[in-house]
Amino acid sequence: MSDQQIEYAAILKRRHRISTCFEWVCRIATGSALLFLAVLLAGVIWQAWGWLDTQFLTGFDSRRPGKAGLLAGLWGTSWLIFFTAIFTVPMGVGAAVYLEEYATDNRFTRLIKLNLSNLAGVPSIVYGMLGVTAFVRMFGMISAADGWTLAVSLGIGTLEIPLPLGRCLLAGSFTLSLLILPVVIIASQEALRAVPPSIRHASYALGATEWQTIRHQVLPAAVPGIATGIILALSRAMGETAPLIVVGAMSYVAFAPGNLDTPMAAVQDPQRVLDAPFDVFTSITIQITNWIEQPKEEFQNLAAAGSLVLLILLVIFNATAIVIRNRAQKKISW
Amino acid sequence: MSTASTSSSDATLSKATSSLHRSASLVRLKEWGIRSLLFLCAAVSILTTLGIVAVLFSNAIYDVSPRQVGPNGEVRTNEAFFQQVSLTEFVFETRWTPGYTEKHFGIMPLVCGTLMISGIAALIGLPIGLCSAIYLSEYAVPRTRALIKPVLEILAGIPTVVYGYFALVFVTPYILKPLFQDLLGFNVGVFNAASAGIVVGIMIIPMISSLSEDVLRSVPRSLREAAYALGSTKFDVSTRVVVPAALSGIIASFLLAISRAVGETMAVTIAAGQTAIVTADPLRSVATMTSYIVNVSKGDAVIGSIEEKSIYAVGLTLFLMTLVMNIISQFVLRRFREVYN
Repeated sequence: MSDQQIEYAAILKRRHRISTCFEWVCRIATGSALLFLAVLLAGVIWQAWGWLDTQFLTGFDSRRPGKAGLLAGLWGTSWLIFFTAIFTVPMGVGAAVYLEEYATDNRFTRLIKLNLSNLAGVPSIVYGMLGVTAFVRMFGMISAADGWTLAVSLGIGTLEIPLPLGRCLLAGSFTLSLLILPVVIIASQEALRAVPPSIRHASYALGATEWQTIRHQVLPAAVPGIATGIILALSRAMGETAPLIVVGAMSYVAFAPGNLDTPMAAVQDPQRVLDAPFDVFTSITIQITNWIEQPKEEFQNLAAAGSLVLLILLVIFNATAIVIRNRAQKKISW
Repeated sequence: MSTASTSSSDATLSKATSSLHRSASLVRLKEWGIRSLLFLCAAVSILTTLGIVAVLFSNAIYDVSPRQVGPNGEVRTNEAFFQQVSLTEFVFETRWTPGYTEKHFGIMPLVCGTLMISGIAALIGLPIGLCSAIYLSEYAVPRTRALIKPVLEILAGIPTVVYGYFALVFVTPYILKPLFQDLLGFNVGVFNAASAGIVVGIMIIPMISSLSEDVLRSVPRSLREAAYALGSTKFDVSTRVVVPAALSGIIASFLLAISRAVGETMAVTIAAGQTAIVTADPLRSVATMTSYIVNVSKGDAVIGSIEEKSIYAVGLTLFLMTLVMNIISQFVLRRFREVYN
């Protein structure tokens, strides 16, 4: 072999060595990310071990760690997510339908689209500041001092709406709705875009109007995609803490919103259901935050147990989304 | 008999067509109504933006009606933040003490805290995220990728309060303390910027790896094959062909991730504490813009007081910082995108 060939062989060997090293760097990076996840989950489970019992799930918060429970937070989070879903689903899907099916490509449409991608990047705490001014204080149009209550008598009880809303559950739900609205709209748009135009053309050819086409052809076909997006967005809302703190969630509450602490109470005393949206509230995340800040060691275990409950709920939400997506993929083939 | 049947079928036909005729304008009205309703839904997103801008502007920069009547009839000032504090003080003063009797309003400590934590997060998140993206797109077989990608995305789905807990209860006592205090002799605070930065860095890994992997994979196969044909190793192909071709997307994902780190709130509030100081020591407690807002909201600042107004000035700064980063990232993505056919 000539010198040149030997030199070339050496260089080639080195290049291959570098390549192998690089592959391992990438593997280790991915592995370390997975390791972080494993350590995080293991750590939370280890700290929560023995604390996640029925007392924890059925008791209210307490100053004594042994007696403290998550019930107020569980109810609070359930109500929050329920109302957030009620506001977000029609509004988000409606906006997506407008943008995908009706809107022509004019300046206003482009503005909305640009605005959506920017809104999705606004820190959640800024939404909290919007919520506290717009919903809790209603822009100061009605000062809290001479606030009044709007009473609407329904068959089962009286709906008492305080004006301004104050630090109530509904204000928290409104805030979370605005927070996840861009995510829901963007996900729904993608689902609608995946419905092939031929479906719409076939419907129009049969004489259907625009809305009939959307209502009976496009939306049903897009439902799995939309549902997946909504569930994922709601699970994000469930994990939010900062906007709720700014809106004024209570860190220590020893009762459920509207005093509705069992599902049976809703049947026995419907008035409590009507009171719940306007009551003070806490959430799972707020309770966890509160426990983390307590000096006593045992509260850290409670925080871990609360985190574990939250993670389990999120897993259930995400698993539902995945199941819906997989089913739809199997069933629909264009 | 036959006439009867004809007339009856005529009747049904005319009934059907007349219903068509009658409802034509009704249908049009309904269509228009639905369209308008859906338009309003879309307009809510614009209203949200206007709301955010209005809230931040009216409380931070200029209040249209600064005087309000208090509960007992007294007139109290309710001026916006910058009507009471000059912009020069806000930008150049190095102390941030709105809650004390001697008040100083210099945003610098909060911005420094935010930048330090975001910097640590970027130091951890960017390389790991990018390397994971390269691994997933260039090295992993489809089955491994299908398995690892969703698992990585779990990291993005974990609530930030859990990250904060993890930083406070695990990262500081079990990683930072043994390493920096026992081994190297530095003083590690219970609340410190490093632990917050580390967990925020972990939090942004899946953002970078997912987004970057998408753009890496959209680089056409022919480019890779051409490079292999010239005798490149996999390292050469990855770093000299694929990554440069996807650079705009990678940079966009970096910017989005950093903007997320800047806006991150709970992990930072829990793990980094609330000491508003300008410091270069990551093992000390720092306050960030987000943690300041949370702490004022939690406390009982009087509505309309300067302390309460100051969170809007901080919120405005935060909003502008993240907005600029998001806009740049969109611009980079659009302007420098390589288009392949």
